[in-house]
Amino acid sequence: MDPITLAFLALAFLIIVASLFVVSSRNIFHSAIFLILALFGVAGIFVLLEAPFLAAAQVLIYVGAISILMIFAVMLTARIADGQLRYTNEQVPTGLLVSLGLLVVMLYSLWQTPIPTSAAAPVSGAGRKLGELFLTQYVLPFEIISVLLLTALIGALVIAKKDPRAASAADDSAADVPARERERAVV
Amino acid sequence: MTALIPQSILELDKLVRTIADAIAAVLQGIGLGPAWVTLIQLSIACLVVIAFAAVVVLFLVWWERKISAHIQMRLGPMRVGWHGALQTIADAVKLLQKEDITPTNVDRPIYFWAPILTFVAAVAVYVTIPFGKGLIVSDLNIGILYILSITTFTVIGLLMAGWSSNNKYALLGGFRSAAQVISYEVPMALAIMGVVMFTQTLSMVEIVNQQQSFTHWYIWRQPIGFVVYMIAATAECNRTPFDLPEADSELVAGFVTEYSGMKFAMFFLAEFLNLFSISAIATTLFFGGWQGPFLPSWMWFMIKTLIGVFVLMWVRWTYPRLRVDQLMGFAWRFLLPAAFVNLILTGLLIAVFL
Repeated sequence: MDPITLAFLALAFLIIVASLFVVSSRNIFHSAIFLILALFGVAGIFVLLEAPFLAAAQVLIYVGAISILMIFAVMLTARIADGQLRYTNEQVPTGLLVSLGLLVVMLYSLWQTPIPTSAAAPVSGAGRKLGELFLTQYVLPFEIISVLLLTALIGALVIAKKDPRAASAADDSAADVPARERERAVV
Repeated sequence: MTALIPQSILELDKLVRTIADAIAAVLQGIGLGPAWVTLIQLSIACLVVIAFAAVVVLFLVWWERKISAHIQMRLGPMRVGWHGALQTIADAVKLLQKEDITPTNVDRPIYFWAPILTFVAAVAVYVTIPFGKGLIVSDLNIGILYILSITTFTVIGLLMAGWSSNNKYALLGGFRSAAQVISYEVPMALAIMGVVMFTQTLSMVEIVNQQQSFTHWYIWRQPIGFVVYMIAATAECNRTPFDLPEADSELVAGFVTEYSGMKFAMFFLAEFLNLFSISAIATTLFFGGWQGPFLPSWMWFMIKTLIGVFVLMWVRWTYPRLRVDQLMGFAWRFLLPAAFVNLILTGLLIAVFL
Protein backbone atom coordinates (compact mmCIF):
# COMPACT_ATOMS: atom_id res chain seq x y z
CA MET A 1 0.00 0.00 0.00
CA ASP A 2 1.37 3.42 -0.83
CA PRO A 3 1.77 6.06 1.88
CA ILE A 4 -1.00 8.26 0.48
CA THR A 5 -3.62 5.55 0.97
CA LEU A 6 -2.24 4.72 4.39
CA ALA A 7 -2.32 8.39 5.37
CA PHE A 8 -5.88 8.67 4.13
CA LEU A 9 -6.98 5.66 6.15
CA ALA A 10 -5.22 6.97 9.26
CA LEU A 11 -6.77 10.42 8.84
CA ALA A 12 -10.24 9.01 8.18
CA PHE A 13 -9.97 6.87 11.32
CA LEU A 14 -8.75 9.89 13.30
CA ILE A 15 -11.58 12.11 12.08
CA ILE A 16 -14.29 9.52 12.78
CA VAL A 17 -13.02 8.60 16.23
CA ALA A 18 -12.47 12.23 17.20
CA SER A 19 -15.92 13.21 15.94
CA LEU A 20 -17.49 10.40 17.95
CA PHE A 21 -15.72 11.65 21.06
CA VAL A 22 -16.88 15.21 20.35
CA VAL A 23 -20.51 14.18 20.76
CA SER A 24 -20.09 11.43 23.34
CA SER A 25 -17.56 12.93 25.75
CA ARG A 26 -19.02 13.82 29.11
CA ASN A 27 -16.64 16.69 29.59
CA ILE A 28 -17.23 19.68 27.36
CA PHE A 29 -13.59 20.73 27.38
CA HIS A 30 -12.61 17.30 26.08
CA SER A 31 -15.27 17.68 23.39
CA ALA A 32 -13.69 20.94 22.29
CA ILE A 33 -10.23 19.36 22.12
CA PHE A 34 -11.54 16.42 20.09
CA LEU A 35 -13.28 18.87 17.77
CA ILE A 36 -9.91 20.48 17.13
CA LEU A 37 -8.45 17.04 16.40
CA ALA A 38 -11.25 16.29 13.93
CA LEU A 39 -10.84 19.65 12.17
CA PHE A 40 -7.10 19.09 11.96
CA GLY A 41 -7.76 15.70 10.40
CA VAL A 42 -9.89 17.39 7.75
CA ALA A 43 -6.98 19.73 7.05
CA GLY A 44 -4.84 16.62 6.58
CA ILE A 45 -7.34 15.32 4.01
CA PHE A 46 -7.04 18.64 2.16
CA VAL A 47 -3.26 18.19 2.09
CA LEU A 48 -3.67 14.70 0.63
CA LEU A 49 -5.94 16.17 -2.05
CA GLU A 50 -3.11 18.56 -2.94
CA ALA A 51 -5.00 21.61 -1.73
CA PRO A 52 -2.45 22.99 0.77
CA PHE A 53 -3.94 26.48 0.71
CA LEU A 54 -7.30 25.13 1.80
CA ALA A 55 -5.59 23.08 4.51
CA ALA A 56 -3.79 26.12 5.88
CA ALA A 57 -6.98 28.16 5.78
CA GLN A 58 -8.82 25.35 7.57
CA VAL A 59 -6.26 25.24 10.36
CA LEU A 60 -5.97 29.02 10.58
CA ILE A 61 -9.71 29.65 10.76
CA TYR A 62 -11.21 26.59 12.42
CA VAL A 63 -8.41 25.55 14.73
CA GLY A 64 -6.79 28.93 15.25
CA ALA A 65 -9.80 31.16 15.65
CA ILE A 66 -13.12 29.38 16.10
CA SER A 67 -11.95 26.54 18.34
CA ILE A 68 -9.96 28.85 20.55
CA LEU A 69 -13.00 31.08 20.99
CA MET A 70 -15.04 28.00 21.88
CA ILE A 71 -12.49 26.86 24.45
CA PHE A 72 -12.41 30.38 25.79
CA ALA A 73 -16.17 30.36 26.24
CA VAL A 74 -16.01 26.93 27.90
CA MET A 75 -13.32 28.11 30.29
CA LEU A 76 -15.31 31.22 31.19
CA THR A 77 -18.30 29.13 32.20
CA ALA A 78 -16.59 27.22 34.97
CA ARG A 79 -19.53 25.11 36.05
CA ILE A 80 -19.95 23.63 32.58
CA ALA A 81 -16.29 22.78 32.36
CA ASP A 82 -15.98 20.59 35.41
CA GLY A 83 -19.50 19.17 35.62
CA GLN A 84 -20.55 15.86 34.12
CA LEU A 85 -22.98 16.92 31.47
CA ARG A 86 -26.14 15.12 30.50
CA TYR A 87 -26.28 14.81 26.74
CA THR A 88 -29.77 13.41 26.39
CA ASN A 89 -33.23 14.60 27.30
CA GLU A 90 -36.83 13.50 26.74
CA GLN A 91 -36.60 14.37 23.04
CA VAL A 92 -34.39 11.40 22.16
CA PRO A 93 -36.96 9.57 19.93
CA THR A 94 -37.71 12.72 17.88
CA GLY A 95 -34.04 13.53 17.52
CA LEU A 96 -33.27 9.97 16.47
CA LEU A 97 -36.03 10.10 13.85
CA VAL A 98 -34.85 13.42 12.42
CA SER A 99 -31.21 12.39 12.27
CA LEU A 100 -32.04 9.03 10.69
CA GLY A 101 -34.13 10.84 8.07
CA LEU A 102 -31.25 13.22 7.41
CA LEU A 103 -28.86 10.28 7.12
CA VAL A 104 -31.12 8.57 4.56
CA VAL A 105 -31.43 11.78 2.51
CA MET A 106 -27.67 12.34 2.59
CA LEU A 107 -26.83 8.77 1.65
CA TYR A 108 -29.41 8.84 -1.15
CA SER A 109 -28.09 12.10 -2.62
CA LEU A 110 -24.51 10.83 -2.28
CA TRP A 111 -25.52 7.68 -4.11
CA GLN A 112 -27.31 9.58 -6.86
CA THR A 113 -24.76 12.31 -7.51
CA PRO A 114 -22.09 11.39 -10.01
CA ILE A 115 -18.78 12.53 -8.53
CA PRO A 116 -16.67 13.95 -11.35
CA THR A 117 -13.04 12.92 -11.37
CA SER A 118 -10.46 14.47 -13.58
CA ALA A 119 -7.07 13.30 -14.69
CA ALA A 120 -5.80 16.88 -14.84
CA ALA A 121 -3.01 17.75 -12.44
CA PRO A 122 -4.01 19.88 -9.44
CA VAL A 123 -3.47 23.60 -9.79
CA SER A 124 -0.19 24.68 -8.25
CA GLY A 125 -0.20 27.99 -6.43
CA ALA A 126 -3.94 27.79 -5.84
CA GLY A 127 -3.80 30.57 -3.27
CA ARG A 128 -2.69 33.07 -5.87
CA LYS A 129 -5.39 32.09 -8.36
CA LEU A 130 -7.97 32.14 -5.60
CA GLY A 131 -6.92 35.68 -4.69
CA GLU A 132 -7.09 36.80 -8.30
CA LEU A 133 -10.58 35.38 -8.70
CA PHE A 134 -11.72 37.02 -5.47
CA LEU A 135 -10.64 40.43 -6.71
CA THR A 136 -11.86 40.08 -10.31
CA GLN A 137 -14.65 37.69 -11.14
CA TYR A 138 -16.10 37.24 -7.67
CA VAL A 139 -15.41 40.69 -6.30
CA LEU A 140 -19.08 41.43 -5.59
CA PRO A 141 -19.82 38.34 -3.46
CA PHE A 142 -16.48 38.82 -1.77
CA GLU A 143 -17.32 42.42 -0.84
CA ILE A 144 -20.83 41.47 0.25
CA ILE A 145 -19.41 38.84 2.61
CA SER A 146 -16.96 41.41 3.95
CA VAL A 147 -19.78 43.87 4.65
CA LEU A 148 -21.83 41.10 6.26
CA LEU A 149 -18.95 40.17 8.56
CA LEU A 150 -18.37 43.83 9.41
CA THR A 151 -22.06 44.21 10.25
CA ALA A 152 -21.92 41.15 12.47
CA LEU A 153 -18.84 42.55 14.18
CA ILE A 154 -20.47 45.92 14.86
CA GLY A 155 -23.67 44.18 15.95
CA ALA A 156 -21.74 42.06 18.45
CA LEU A 157 -20.06 45.20 19.78
CA VAL A 158 -23.39 47.01 20.15
CA ILE A 159 -24.90 44.07 22.02
CA ALA A 160 -21.87 43.62 24.22
CA LYS A 161 -21.19 47.24 25.00
CA LYS A 162 -22.49 48.39 28.33
CA ASP A 163 -23.83 51.89 27.97
CA PRO A 164 -24.57 53.07 31.53
CA ARG A 165 -27.51 55.27 30.52
CA ALA A 166 -29.09 52.71 28.23
CA ALA A 167 -28.60 50.00 30.85
CA SER A 168 -30.39 51.99 33.52
CA ALA A 169 -33.17 52.91 31.09
CA ALA A 170 -33.54 49.27 30.15
CA ASP A 171 -33.77 48.38 33.85
CA ASP A 172 -36.77 50.65 34.18
CA SER A 173 -38.63 49.90 30.99
CA ALA A 174 -37.80 46.33 30.04
CA ALA A 175 -38.15 44.38 33.24
CA ASP A 176 -39.04 41.26 31.30
CA VAL A 177 -35.42 40.72 30.24
CA PRO A 178 -33.74 38.83 33.08
CA ALA A 179 -30.71 40.67 34.39
CA ARG A 180 -28.58 37.56 34.14
CA GLU A 181 -29.11 37.33 30.42
CA ARG A 182 -27.99 40.90 29.92
CA GLU A 183 -24.91 40.17 31.97
CA ARG A 184 -24.16 37.13 29.88
CA ALA A 185 -24.39 39.27 26.75
CA VAL A 186 -21.91 41.66 28.30
CA VAL A 187 -19.51 38.83 29.05
CA MET B 1 41.24 31.53 4.03
CA THR B 2 38.75 29.43 2.14
CA ALA B 3 41.39 26.74 1.62
CA LEU B 4 41.57 26.15 5.37
CA ILE B 5 37.88 25.43 5.73
CA PRO B 6 36.66 22.09 4.36
CA GLN B 7 34.70 22.58 1.17
CA SER B 8 31.73 20.69 2.59
CA ILE B 9 31.13 23.30 5.27
CA LEU B 10 31.18 26.11 2.74
CA GLU B 11 28.75 24.31 0.51
CA LEU B 12 26.51 22.67 3.05
CA ASP B 13 23.66 22.52 0.57
CA LYS B 14 25.69 20.31 -1.79
CA LEU B 15 26.63 18.05 1.12
CA VAL B 16 22.99 17.76 2.16
CA ARG B 17 21.98 17.08 -1.44
CA THR B 18 24.59 14.32 -1.71
CA ILE B 19 23.44 12.68 1.51
CA ALA B 20 19.78 12.91 0.46
CA ASP B 21 20.62 11.34 -2.92
CA ALA B 22 22.60 8.58 -1.23
CA ILE B 23 19.67 7.81 1.07
CA ALA B 24 17.33 7.79 -1.90
CA ALA B 25 19.63 5.41 -3.79
CA VAL B 26 19.78 3.01 -0.82
CA LEU B 27 16.01 3.08 -0.38
CA GLN B 28 15.36 2.53 -4.06
CA GLY B 29 17.85 -0.34 -3.89
CA ILE B 30 15.63 -2.00 -1.28
CA GLY B 31 12.77 -1.63 -3.73
CA LEU B 32 10.61 1.08 -2.20
CA GLY B 33 8.30 3.25 -4.30
CA PRO B 34 9.06 6.94 -4.88
CA ALA B 35 6.38 8.05 -2.42
CA TRP B 36 7.99 6.02 0.38
CA VAL B 37 11.43 7.35 -0.53
CA THR B 38 10.20 10.94 -0.28
CA LEU B 39 8.45 10.19 3.00
CA ILE B 40 11.58 8.67 4.55
CA GLN B 41 13.77 11.47 3.23
CA LEU B 42 11.43 14.07 4.74
CA SER B 43 11.32 12.20 8.05
CA ILE B 44 15.11 12.16 8.25
CA ALA B 45 15.22 15.85 7.35
CA CYS B 46 12.71 16.58 10.11
CA LEU B 47 14.83 14.65 12.62
CA VAL B 48 17.90 16.64 11.59
CA VAL B 49 15.99 19.89 12.04
CA ILE B 50 14.74 18.81 15.48
CA ALA B 51 18.30 17.96 16.51
CA PHE B 52 19.48 21.33 15.20
CA ALA B 53 16.67 23.07 17.08
CA ALA B 54 17.67 21.31 20.30
CA VAL B 55 21.26 22.48 19.93
CA VAL B 56 20.11 26.02 19.17
CA VAL B 57 17.94 26.02 22.28
CA LEU B 58 20.84 24.84 24.45
CA PHE B 59 22.85 27.76 23.16
CA LEU B 60 20.02 30.32 23.41
CA VAL B 61 19.23 29.49 27.03
CA TRP B 62 22.84 30.08 28.00
CA TRP B 63 22.99 33.23 25.88
CA GLU B 64 19.83 34.64 27.40
CA ARG B 65 21.16 34.04 30.91
CA LYS B 66 24.45 35.72 30.05
CA ILE B 67 22.81 38.70 28.35
CA SER B 68 20.30 39.21 31.14
CA ALA B 69 23.10 38.97 33.68
CA HIS B 70 25.27 41.53 31.93
CA ILE B 71 22.33 43.89 31.44
CA GLN B 72 21.72 43.65 35.18
CA MET B 73 25.45 44.08 35.99
CA ARG B 74 25.86 40.47 37.06
CA LEU B 75 28.03 37.70 35.67
CA GLY B 76 25.44 34.97 35.23
CA PRO B 77 26.45 31.30 35.10
CA MET B 78 30.24 31.02 35.40
CA ARG B 79 31.01 27.61 36.90
CA VAL B 80 30.25 24.91 34.33
CA GLY B 81 32.50 25.20 31.31
CA TRP B 82 33.89 28.39 29.81
CA HIS B 83 31.80 31.27 31.25
CA GLY B 84 29.13 28.71 32.12
CA ALA B 85 28.71 27.54 28.53
CA LEU B 86 27.84 24.00 29.64
CA GLN B 87 25.38 25.15 32.30
CA THR B 88 22.34 24.46 30.10
CA ILE B 89 23.46 20.91 29.44
CA ALA B 90 23.79 20.35 33.18
CA ASP B 91 20.33 21.85 33.70
CA ALA B 92 18.86 19.70 30.94
CA VAL B 93 20.32 16.54 32.49
CA LYS B 94 18.90 17.58 35.84
CA LEU B 95 15.43 18.12 34.34
CA LEU B 96 15.55 14.74 32.59
CA GLN B 97 16.38 12.97 35.83
CA LYS B 98 13.62 14.60 37.84
CA GLU B 99 10.57 12.69 38.91
CA ASP B 100 7.62 13.29 36.61
CA ILE B 101 5.00 14.56 39.06
CA THR B 102 1.36 14.57 38.05
CA PRO B 103 -0.80 16.34 40.64
CA THR B 104 -3.84 14.40 41.88
CA ASN B 105 -6.64 16.58 40.58
CA VAL B 106 -5.42 17.37 37.09
CA ASP B 107 -7.21 16.25 33.97
CA ARG B 108 -4.68 13.55 33.11
CA PRO B 109 -4.87 13.10 29.33
CA ILE B 110 -5.01 16.82 28.64
CA TYR B 111 -2.31 17.56 31.21
CA PHE B 112 -0.12 14.97 29.47
CA TRP B 113 -0.68 16.17 25.89
CA ALA B 114 -0.43 19.92 26.46
CA PRO B 115 3.40 20.18 26.60
CA ILE B 116 3.77 17.77 23.67
CA LEU B 117 1.38 19.79 21.50
CA THR B 118 3.14 23.05 22.37
CA PHE B 119 6.52 21.55 21.56
CA VAL B 120 5.41 19.96 18.29
CA ALA B 121 3.82 23.21 17.13
CA ALA B 122 7.06 25.06 17.87
CA VAL B 123 9.18 22.51 15.98
CA ALA B 124 6.79 22.24 13.03
CA VAL B 125 7.55 25.85 12.08
CA TYR B 126 11.14 24.88 11.30
CA VAL B 127 10.04 22.72 8.38
CA THR B 128 9.55 25.72 6.11
CA ILE B 129 12.38 27.95 7.26
CA PRO B 130 15.16 28.27 4.65
CA PHE B 131 18.32 27.89 6.74
CA GLY B 132 20.51 28.48 3.70
CA LYS B 133 20.63 28.05 -0.02
CA GLY B 134 18.85 24.75 -0.61
CA LEU B 135 18.68 24.06 3.13
CA ILE B 136 14.97 23.73 3.70
CA VAL B 137 13.03 20.64 4.64
CA SER B 138 10.08 21.40 2.40
CA ASP B 139 9.51 24.48 0.26
CA LEU B 140 5.74 24.62 0.54
CA ASN B 141 4.12 27.08 -1.81
CA ILE B 142 1.96 28.23 1.10
CA GLY B 143 5.11 28.64 3.26
CA ILE B 144 4.35 31.66 5.40
CA LEU B 145 0.66 30.80 5.65
CA TYR B 146 1.65 27.36 6.93
CA ILE B 147 3.75 29.00 9.63
CA LEU B 148 0.89 31.28 10.65
CA SER B 149 -1.54 28.40 10.90
CA ILE B 150 0.72 25.88 12.65
CA THR B 151 1.67 28.36 15.36
CA THR B 152 -1.95 28.53 16.47
CA PHE B 153 -1.48 25.09 18.02
CA THR B 154 0.83 26.68 20.56
CA VAL B 155 -2.13 28.58 22.01
CA ILE B 156 -4.20 25.43 22.23
CA GLY B 157 -1.35 23.74 24.07
CA LEU B 158 -1.16 26.64 26.54
CA LEU B 159 -4.94 26.63 27.02
CA MET B 160 -4.89 22.88 27.61
CA ALA B 161 -2.09 23.26 30.13
CA GLY B 162 -3.88 26.10 31.90
CA TRP B 163 -7.22 24.35 32.09
CA SER B 164 -6.10 20.83 32.92
CA SER B 165 -3.81 21.92 35.76
CA ASN B 166 -6.88 22.64 37.91
CA ASN B 167 -5.17 25.63 39.46
CA LYS B 168 -6.41 29.20 39.42
CA TYR B 169 -3.05 30.68 38.49
CA ALA B 170 -2.63 28.24 35.63
CA LEU B 171 -6.16 28.97 34.44
CA LEU B 172 -5.57 32.72 34.53
CA GLY B 173 -2.36 32.22 32.60
CA GLY B 174 -4.21 30.18 30.00
CA PHE B 175 -6.87 32.88 29.69
CA ARG B 176 -4.34 35.61 29.26
CA SER B 177 -2.40 33.69 26.66
CA ALA B 178 -5.52 32.98 24.61
CA ALA B 179 -6.68 36.59 24.68
CA GLN B 180 -3.20 37.85 23.92
CA VAL B 181 -2.43 35.51 21.06
CA ILE B 182 -5.79 35.98 19.37
CA SER B 183 -5.33 39.76 19.55
CA TYR B 184 -1.75 39.88 18.33
CA GLU B 185 -2.20 37.29 15.59
CA VAL B 186 -4.23 39.78 13.57
CA PRO B 187 -1.63 42.58 13.29
CA MET B 188 1.09 39.97 12.75
CA ALA B 189 -0.73 38.40 9.81
CA LEU B 190 -1.44 41.86 8.36
CA ALA B 191 2.21 42.87 8.69
CA ILE B 192 3.29 39.71 6.87
CA MET B 193 0.66 40.45 4.21
CA GLY B 194 2.48 43.70 3.43
CA VAL B 195 5.56 41.71 2.43
CA VAL B 196 3.50 39.16 0.54
CA MET B 197 1.93 41.97 -1.51
CA PHE B 198 5.43 42.81 -2.76
CA THR B 199 6.64 39.26 -3.24
CA GLN B 200 3.44 37.97 -4.88
CA THR B 201 4.21 34.59 -3.37
CA LEU B 202 3.91 32.78 -0.04
CA SER B 203 6.87 30.47 -0.59
CA MET B 204 9.73 31.19 1.81
CA VAL B 205 12.39 30.26 -0.75
CA GLU B 206 10.90 32.61 -3.34
CA ILE B 207 10.72 35.44 -0.80
CA VAL B 208 14.44 35.03 -0.09
CA ASN B 209 15.29 34.77 -3.79
CA GLN B 210 13.68 38.13 -4.43
CA GLN B 211 15.98 39.88 -1.93
CA GLN B 212 19.18 39.44 -3.90
CA SER B 213 21.11 42.37 -2.52
CA PHE B 214 21.19 44.63 0.50
CA THR B 215 19.01 47.25 -1.23
CA HIS B 216 16.32 44.69 -2.04
CA TRP B 217 15.70 43.77 1.58
CA TYR B 218 12.03 44.20 2.32
CA ILE B 219 12.73 46.11 5.49
CA TRP B 220 13.41 49.18 3.36
CA ARG B 221 10.01 48.89 1.73
CA GLN B 222 8.19 47.64 4.81
CA PRO B 223 9.57 49.52 7.83
CA ILE B 224 6.16 49.83 9.52
CA GLY B 225 5.38 46.22 8.72
CA PHE B 226 8.66 45.12 10.28
CA VAL B 227 8.05 46.99 13.53
CA VAL B 228 4.49 45.71 13.76
CA TYR B 229 5.67 42.17 13.03
CA MET B 230 8.39 42.24 15.67
CA ILE B 231 6.08 43.61 18.37
CA ALA B 232 3.25 41.22 17.54
CA ALA B 233 5.62 38.26 17.30
CA THR B 234 7.14 39.07 20.70
CA ALA B 235 3.64 39.04 22.12
CA GLU B 236 2.85 35.79 20.31
CA CYS B 237 5.62 33.94 22.09
CA ASN B 238 4.79 35.46 25.48
CA ARG B 239 8.05 37.27 26.06
CA THR B 240 8.46 40.36 28.21
CA PRO B 241 7.03 43.02 27.88
CA PHE B 242 4.15 40.72 26.91
CA ASP B 243 4.77 37.84 29.32
CA LEU B 244 1.45 38.17 31.13
CA PRO B 245 0.49 34.50 30.68
CA GLU B 246 3.34 33.44 32.95
CA ALA B 247 3.88 36.66 34.90
CA ASP B 248 5.96 35.27 37.76
CA SER B 249 5.17 38.02 40.22
CA GLU B 250 1.40 37.67 39.80
CA LEU B 251 0.66 34.12 38.67
CA VAL B 252 3.53 32.04 40.15
CA ALA B 253 4.40 30.70 36.69
CA GLY B 254 1.09 30.96 34.84
CA PHE B 255 0.20 27.91 32.80
CA VAL B 256 3.39 26.02 33.74
CA THR B 257 2.75 26.31 37.50
CA GLU B 258 1.88 22.62 37.96
CA TYR B 259 4.44 21.24 35.54
CA SER B 260 7.77 19.80 36.51
CA GLY B 261 10.60 17.70 35.14
CA MET B 262 10.49 16.78 31.48
CA LYS B 263 7.07 18.29 30.85
CA PHE B 264 8.27 21.64 32.14
CA ALA B 265 11.36 21.26 29.98
CA MET B 266 9.18 20.86 26.90
CA PHE B 267 7.40 24.16 27.58
CA PHE B 268 10.74 25.78 28.16
CA LEU B 269 12.13 24.30 24.95
CA ALA B 270 9.09 25.45 22.97
CA GLU B 271 9.49 28.97 24.30
CA PHE B 272 13.07 29.23 23.04
CA LEU B 273 12.23 27.50 19.78
CA ASN B 274 9.59 30.15 19.22
CA LEU B 275 12.09 32.88 20.02
CA PHE B 276 14.45 31.57 17.37
CA SER B 277 11.76 30.98 14.77
CA ILE B 278 10.36 34.51 15.18
CA SER B 279 13.77 35.90 14.42
CA ALA B 280 14.29 33.43 11.58
CA ILE B 281 11.00 34.45 9.98
CA ALA B 282 11.91 38.13 10.36
CA THR B 283 15.26 37.38 8.71
CA THR B 284 13.56 35.61 5.85
CA LEU B 285 10.87 38.19 5.28
CA PHE B 286 12.69 41.44 5.94
CA PHE B 287 16.47 40.88 5.89
CA GLY B 288 17.08 38.80 2.80
CA GLY B 289 17.26 35.43 4.53
CA TRP B 290 20.49 33.62 3.68
CA GLN B 291 21.56 36.10 1.00
CA GLY B 292 24.93 37.74 1.64
CA PRO B 293 28.42 38.05 0.21
CA PHE B 294 31.59 36.00 0.97
CA LEU B 295 30.30 33.80 3.81
CA PRO B 296 28.31 30.60 3.15
CA SER B 297 24.56 31.08 3.02
CA TRP B 298 23.73 29.22 6.24
CA MET B 299 26.25 31.34 8.13
CA TRP B 300 24.57 34.54 6.94
CA PHE B 301 21.25 33.17 8.00
CA MET B 302 22.53 32.31 11.48
CA ILE B 303 24.24 35.70 11.88
CA LYS B 304 21.14 37.67 10.94
CA THR B 305 18.84 35.48 13.01
CA LEU B 306 21.04 35.58 16.10
CA ILE B 307 21.23 39.37 15.87
CA GLY B 308 17.43 39.37 15.84
CA VAL B 309 17.40 37.05 18.85
CA PHE B 310 19.80 39.34 20.65
CA VAL B 311 17.52 42.34 20.07
CA LEU B 312 14.55 40.38 21.42
CA MET B 313 16.53 39.44 24.54
CA TRP B 314 17.69 43.01 24.94
CA VAL B 315 14.07 44.17 24.84
CA ARG B 316 13.05 41.48 27.31
CA TRP B 317 15.55 42.57 29.92
CA THR B 318 14.96 46.28 29.41
CA TYR B 319 11.22 46.86 29.53
CA PRO B 320 8.75 46.13 32.33
CA ARG B 321 5.64 44.04 31.80
CA LEU B 322 2.45 45.66 30.46
CA ARG B 323 -0.86 45.61 32.28
CA VAL B 324 -3.67 43.48 30.80
CA ASP B 325 -5.70 46.49 29.67
CA GLN B 326 -2.62 48.18 28.21
CA LEU B 327 -1.85 44.98 26.36
CA MET B 328 -5.25 44.79 24.71
CA GLY B 329 -5.42 48.53 24.07
CA PHE B 330 -2.03 48.48 22.44
CA ALA B 331 -2.98 45.62 20.09
CA TRP B 332 -6.33 46.98 18.97
CA ARG B 333 -5.81 50.74 19.15
CA PHE B 334 -2.24 51.01 17.92
CA LEU B 335 -0.87 47.90 16.23
CA LEU B 336 -3.94 47.03 14.19
CA PRO B 337 -4.43 50.54 12.74
CA ALA B 338 -0.70 50.73 12.06
CA ALA B 339 -0.85 47.43 10.19
CA PHE B 340 -3.81 48.66 8.15
CA VAL B 341 -2.05 51.92 7.31
CA ASN B 342 0.94 49.86 6.24
CA LEU B 343 -1.24 47.74 3.97
CA ILE B 344 -2.82 50.78 2.32
CA LEU B 345 0.58 52.45 1.84
CA THR B 346 1.96 49.23 0.37
CA GLY B 347 -0.96 49.02 -2.04
CA LEU B 348 -0.42 52.65 -3.09
CA LEU B 349 3.33 52.08 -3.55
CA ILE B 350 2.72 49.04 -5.71
CA ALA B 351 0.06 50.83 -7.74
CA VAL B 352 2.26 53.89 -8.33
CA PHE B 353 5.76 52.47 -8.79
CA LEU B 354 5.41 48.86 -9.93
